[in-house]
Amino acid sequence: MFSYLIRRLISAVVLLLIVSAVTFGIFFLLPKLAGQTTDQLAQQYIGKAPTPADIAAVKKNLGLDKPVFEQYWDFLKGIFAGVDYKFGPEAAKCHVPCFGYSFKTHIEVWPEIQNRLPVTLSLAAGAAVLWVVSGVATGVLSALRPGSFFDRMAMTVALAGVSLPMFFTGALALALFTYQWPVFERSDYVPLLQDPFLWARTLVLPWVTLAFLYSALYARLTRAGMLETLSEDYIRTARAKGLRERTVVVRHGLRAALTPIITVFGMDLGLLLGGALITEQVFSLKGVGAFAVEAINANDLPNILGVTLLAAFFIVICNLVVDVLYAAVDPRVRLS
Amino acid sequence: MTDSSEDRAGAQATPAATEAPGKAPRGAAFLDVRDLKVHFPTDDGLVKSVDGLTFSLEKGRTLGIVGESGSGKSVTSLAVMGLHRASRRQRSKVAMSGEIWLDGKELVAADPDEVRRLRGREMAMIFQDPLSALHPFYSVGNQIVEAYRVHHDVDRKTARRRAIEMLDRVGIPQPDKRVDDHPHQFSGGMRQRAMIAMALVNNPELLIADEPTTALDVTVQAQILDLIRDLQKEFGSAVIIITHDLGVVAELADDLLVMYGGRCVERGPAEKVFSAPRHPYTWGLLGSMPRIDRDQTDRLIPVKGSPPSLINVPSGCAFNPRCPYADLPEDNLTRTVRPELRESGGGHFSACHLPQEERERIWTEEIAPRL
Repeated sequence: MFSYLIRRLISAVVLLLIVSAVTFGIFFLLPKLAGQTTDQLAQQYIGKAPTPADIAAVKKNLGLDKPVFEQYWDFLKGIFAGVDYKFGPEAAKCHVPCFGYSFKTHIEVWPEIQNRLPVTLSLAAGAAVLWVVSGVATGVLSALRPGSFFDRMAMTVALAGVSLPMFFTGALALALFTYQWPVFERSDYVPLLQDPFLWARTLVLPWVTLAFLYSALYARLTRAGMLETLSEDYIRTARAKGLRERTVVVRHGLRAALTPIITVFGMDLGLLLGGALITEQVFSLKGVGAFAVEAINANDLPNILGVTLLAAFFIVICNLVVDVLYAAVDPRVRLS
Repeated sequence: MTDSSEDRAGAQATPAATEAPGKAPRGAAFLDVRDLKVHFPTDDGLVKSVDGLTFSLEKGRTLGIVGESGSGKSVTSLAVMGLHRASRRQRSKVAMSGEIWLDGKELVAADPDEVRRLRGREMAMIFQDPLSALHPFYSVGNQIVEAYRVHHDVDRKTARRRAIEMLDRVGIPQPDKRVDDHPHQFSGGMRQRAMIAMALVNNPELLIADEPTTALDVTVQAQILDLIRDLQKEFGSAVIIITHDLGVVAELADDLLVMYGGRCVERGPAEKVFSAPRHPYTWGLLGSMPRIDRDQTDRLIPVKGSPPSLINVPSGCAFNPRCPYADLPEDNLTRTVRPELRESGGGHFSACHLPQEERERIWTEEIAPRL
C-alpha cells in the first residue's frame, strides 16, 4: 500500500509539471509562433500609449526578452520561491506562490484567487455532499425495485436532471424562490466562520440546482452498478450466510457498486473546484469560476494562467485521492 | 428415503394429502422435502423449474442430485436454502409450494426472516465457482468472521480465532497468515477450501454443495471431494451434493436422485442406481460418462436431443422425445400419462411406463454390456 502511494504521488507531480508546461506554452509560446512580438506582450502590461522606453523596461523587468524555456523556469521558480521585481525606483515583491501580476489591475494573481477560493470550495463541497447522498440513495432504492413506480419516477427525474442545463434550472430556481416567493433572499457570500446560518442560506439554491444536475447522473450510475453487483455470486453467498438483507445490500452490494462512482466523483469534484463557471454566473457568486470568466473577457493572461493551473492542480489532486481510495476499497488494484 | 405417495401430476400441494398414512406429521427424516414445486413466471410463460419433487435425507448421509443443466437441481437446493428468490423483484412473483421439513421445522410457509436465521447456521451452502462466490473486496478471514458473527454473539477476536481454526481444519497452510489474504491471492482449490471453511464455521447440520468441483482443476477435484467426505464424517452432517458429474456422486453419495425436467425420474441407494439403473435417462447418463476401464476405441454414447423446455414440458413422460424406448409401452402411454415413481425394491424408485421386467431385461442385455 505504501509503495503504491509513493508511485501515485510521483506520477501526480510529474503530471502537474507537464500540465504547467503545456499551459505556459499555450499562453506564451503559441502567440509567439503566431507572430506576436514581445513588444506587443509587454504593451499589454503597460496599457495605452507606451513609449518605446517603457516597453524596453517592462521587457527587461519581466524577463520577456529571455527565451520561453527560461521564462518557464523563472515562472516555476516564482511559484515556489517568489519573485522580486524592480519596477523603477520601487521594488515589488511577488509572494510565494507567485503567479505574476494581472495585466489590468496590477495586483498579484494568487491573493486574488485566494480571496475567491472559499466561495468555490463552499459551493463545490456543499453540492457534492448533496448530490452524492441523494444520487446514491436514489440509485440504490431504484435498483432494489427495478421497474417499480419509484424506480420509473426517479429515473425520469434523473433524465430531466441530466438534460436540463444549469442556466435554465438555476434561473428557474432564482425566479421561484428568490423573486416569486423570497424564501432565499439574494445576498452576497458570507464566510462560514462569520455566520454559518447566512453562509448556508446564501448557498442553498446554488447547492440544490448544482446537485440536481449531478445527482441525476449518480443515481443512474448507482442503479446500474447495483443491479449488476446484486446479481453477482458473492451476493448469493452473503445471503446464504444468513445476513440481513440490509447488510447484504449495503456491505456487499453497495461497497462493490461504489468503486466506479468514486472515480467519477473525483473527476467531477476536481473540475468543480477549479470553478463552477455557469453556476457562479447565474447566482452572482464571486468565486474562482467568475474570476476565470473575468480574466478571459479582459484577456488578462497571468490571471488566466493562474486559474488554469489551479484547476489542473485540483483535478490531479482529486484523482490522486481517488486512486488511493480505490486501492483502499479494492485490494486487487494494489497489485498493478 | 420416503415412500411413493408423490408425483400426482398437477396436484396442488396440500400438507395433509401428501403424507402417507402412519408417517410422523412434522417431517420424519432430518430433511424431508415433499411435493416441492418452484415456478417462476416469466414473459415467455411459467417456468416450472421444480415440479413436484419429494426426497428425504438423514444426518450423516450424502444425497447426490444429478441431472443436466436446466433439470432443476440447482433451484431445488436454492429453494431449500430459501435463496430461490434471486432478487427482490422476483420475490413477489416466484411461486413455491410443497413442504420442506428441516429438523422438524417447515420452511416453505415459514417467515422469511426465520429461514434467514437458519441459513448459515443449520444449513449452509458452497457454490460452483469460489472466485465469484467470494467477495473480492474483503479478506477471506473477514468473510468467515462475518459468517460466524451473524449467528454467534462474540467479539471479532474470538471470531477470528475461529476463522483461523476453520482454515486450518480445511487444510490451508499457515492459516494465521492466510486469514488476512484476499480471495484473489488464493489458488482455485484453496478458495473452495475457504468456502467450505466458511460454510462449516457454524457447524451446520445440512451442507449443500452445488457443483463444488466443476470450476476446479481435475487434480484438485479429488482433494475437495475427500475433504467434504472427511468433514462430513467428523461433523455428522447431512450433505446434498449437486452435480452433472456421475463420477463425483459415485465417490461420495449414499443415495442418488436423478432429475429430469424438474422432476425426479429415479432415486435410490447409490449402489443400486449404479449397478441396476431402472430409467432410460439414467442409462443415457451412464453411457455418456467417460470411464477409464472402457476400451478407448469405444465412443461415448450421448443422450440424443436437448433438455426439455421448462415452460412447455413434454406431456406424459418428460423424457419421451429423447427416449429410444418411448414407443414400447402400449396405448401411446408415454406421451399422454405422466409416469409415477414406483419402487422396485430396497428403496429404489423409478418413473417409467415400461414394465419392470422389460427394463431389467433391456439393462442387462442391451445397455450394461456396452458400458
